[in-house]
Amino acid sequence: MLSKKEKELIADIWESLTPVAEDIGADALLRMFASYPGTKTYFSHLDISPRSAHLLSHGKKIVLAIAEGAQDIGQLTVTLAPLQTLHAYQLRIDPTNFKLFSHCMLVALACHMGEDFTPVAHAAMDKYLSAFAAVLSEKYR
Amino acid sequence: MVEWTNYERATIKDIFAKLDYDSVGPAALSRCLVVYPWTQRYFSKFGNLYNAAAIMGNPNVAKHGKIILHDLERGVKNMDNLKETYADLSVLHSEKLHVDPDNFKLISDCLTIVVAAQMGKAFTGEVQAALQKFLAAVVSALGRQYH
Repeated sequence: MLSKKEKELIADIWESLTPVAEDIGADALLRMFASYPGTKTYFSHLDISPRSAHLLSHGKKIVLAIAEGAQDIGQLTVTLAPLQTLHAYQLRIDPTNFKLFSHCMLVALACHMGEDFTPVAHAAMDKYLSAFAAVLSEKYR
Repeated sequence: MVEWTNYERATIKDIFAKLDYDSVGPAALSRCLVVYPWTQRYFSKFGNLYNAAAIMGNPNVAKHGKIILHDLERGVKNMDNLKETYADLSVLHSEKLHVDPDNFKLISDCLTIVVAAQMGKAFTGEVQAALQKFLAAVVSALGRQYH
């Protein structure tokens, strides 16, 4: 459950990160590949070496989608409808991987924001990313 | 037994050599109590945990955070013998404290985030993977004596 304050905090953080979307996104992805090598299996068709064009563009896509959702969290199911279909019918990424990615996104945020990634911000962000992942997997079955 | 590469050994020792135990321990434990509030169930005797500010300023939480980090240091010094190193603590957490071992992962994630915030760019994906492997091994050792 996200309070009004938390929703505002989340929206603010993601808005401030939009200019560095590809760096944050690529960083989170690389961390996930390093810690959880099984996740690389979903990217065998791309070049996911550090700073590769594929990695940066993919990281950017993901962060921008998360940022867009953050602007109106109450409407996540509407905002994410096309991505729900994509993940359920085409990508079919096992949803346990969303947890792994979310964790690595939190670490990327911690590295980027340092002290500003307070426990309160961390809690709000963790809740938001969990909600995001849950909505994303809604059409799976 | 866990197999460690030279890189992992060096990285773990390096991380812990640079940590200020007295601030990181309290930061990790208090973060855990804020981010995963259900973990507060084990700390009912600690006094005021009513909100984030109270938790971050609670002296009992701080004291316990330091103890946890000093106990982690034992693992750093005994990376090839974690099961034995943590056997007593495992029994304590199971028999006396009755802590659900799933919680060990929660605090280890919070510790990872605190270290990440401190180390910034130096906390690369490879460093993160090494730390997570070490913490997972400690978590596993802590769960070993549960039955």
